[in-house]
Amino acid sequence: MALPPLPRPYQDTAPYWDAAREHRFVLQRCAACGEHQFYPRGVCSHCLSSDLEWDEASGKGTVYSFSVNHRAPHPGFADNLPFVLAIVELEEGPRLMTNIVDCDPETVTIGMAVEVVFDDVTEEITLPKFRPA
Amino acid sequence: MANALRDVAIVGVAESDIGRVPGKSKFQLSAEASRAALDEAGLTIKDVDGLLTTIITEGGQFSTMMMAEYMGITPRFTDSTSIGGSSFVTYVELAAMAIATGLCEVALICHGSTNISDRGGKGGPVSASTDVFGPTQFEEPYGVSTVGSYALAAQRHMHEYGTTSEQLAEIAVATRHWASMNPKAYMRDRITIDDVMNSRLIASPLHLLDCCLVTDAGGAVVLTSLERARDLKTKPVRVLGTGEAHTHRMISQMPDLTQTAAAISGKLAFERAGLTHADIDVAEIYDSFTITVLLTLESLGFCKKGEGGDFVEGQRTAPGGDFPMNTQGGALSYTHPGMFGIFTVIEGTRQVRGECGPRQVPDAKVALCNGTGGVLSSTGTIILGRD
Repeated sequence: MALPPLPRPYQDTAPYWDAAREHRFVLQRCAACGEHQFYPRGVCSHCLSSDLEWDEASGKGTVYSFSVNHRAPHPGFADNLPFVLAIVELEEGPRLMTNIVDCDPETVTIGMAVEVVFDDVTEEITLPKFRPA
Repeated sequence: MANALRDVAIVGVAESDIGRVPGKSKFQLSAEASRAALDEAGLTIKDVDGLLTTIITEGGQFSTMMMAEYMGITPRFTDSTSIGGSSFVTYVELAAMAIATGLCEVALICHGSTNISDRGGKGGPVSASTDVFGPTQFEEPYGVSTVGSYALAAQRHMHEYGTTSEQLAEIAVATRHWASMNPKAYMRDRITIDDVMNSRLIASPLHLLDCCLVTDAGGAVVLTSLERARDLKTKPVRVLGTGEAHTHRMISQMPDLTQTAAAISGKLAFERAGLTHADIDVAEIYDSFTITVLLTLESLGFCKKGEGGDFVEGQRTAPGGDFPMNTQGGALSYTHPGMFGIFTVIEGTRQVRGECGPRQVPDAKVALCNGTGGVLSSTGTIILGRD
């Protein structure tokens, strides 16, 4: 079975993927302005400070929007149709793209409470996904 | 705000062969459209001293250098701003700026793409990357796609405002009606709201017929000073106002899934033109998906936020309706080579000249063209009018 495209961690993002591999969900918080951000960057997207810290995050949020996808955008999704593409708004504020898993796709709704689960796709890469809380 | 770009005019517009054109490269399509656009103005490629283009597919690196070399010219103004399908609308602003300030005299905007031939003649995904570098590594592993991204916006709009799939379908049906009157349109058989609703779900809530075509096509637009334009073969079409903006690159970072950057670029274009919505006779709105149009109409202020569904009901944007839009058949039915922006400019120009035959909007004096690029990321709005 083909794999989906997987992240190649780099300077900004390696700590995030390292944590995910350990089944920890972390977010960057700016020590200068206090804002959380997603995705990980080398600077704060609110104030451009480089003084960023990694916080253990709650891993909880709500579905901001979703779409049940019936076509594979890449061969790595062909065996997994339909799948739920979603944007989750985290308790801490930022939004991220993910999949809603461990449920019937037809039961997903906007506003639904969700929590993080970890999908160990390879030995190196674990993708944080979300399931109904 | 005064608009220093008002004394610039579009003097030539053209498409290349469009549809399935397996025998021609994207470079040839771009160059042949350029030749045709220059021809109708009575200009030649040797008159061109400003070049604006971008190619985002294979072989497109250093796009303006590539195309200038291909066509044998040496521009002194060059721009390859790459913000997706809106680029070719924002190039009108850049070209007008360059002409108004004397950086160049004749600017050529051109585009060519073999989007369907590159896929072996079939639609569908081309991505097979296994390893994602850069911020998109936070989206691609989850199966993001263009249609999936727009579907997220559509779902959110339905949730917030009660917009329905039938209302989105109104746009596809009206656009196909216009296409039925354009011999160059790729899909010309009339469709109904039921046809859209019964077409297969691609990414809920978007059906197949909510999605644009995948075709090959080239297009070109030529601009020069109004003064020089008055001596050329075509009726000058003035650039009355322009605006551009972008709000995000990736859909998960879009500040508000129900409002596009057209709220910024449109406001700028209207202010700079000194016109209001009531002055617009015809609108050419990039329709990558039906939801793109609905969000754009709201963001441009043709209706209030959340009222786009009601606005397009009753085939209001179709031939005979009181809001003629996408009169060549749009990206939904006429052509869509991956980036559609230039085709909104071509049709807006032709409508203002009054040369659209059966699909001509009677006495159209002012056209608004709006391009959207990326995933609802960037917009360019221009307002065109008669000399």
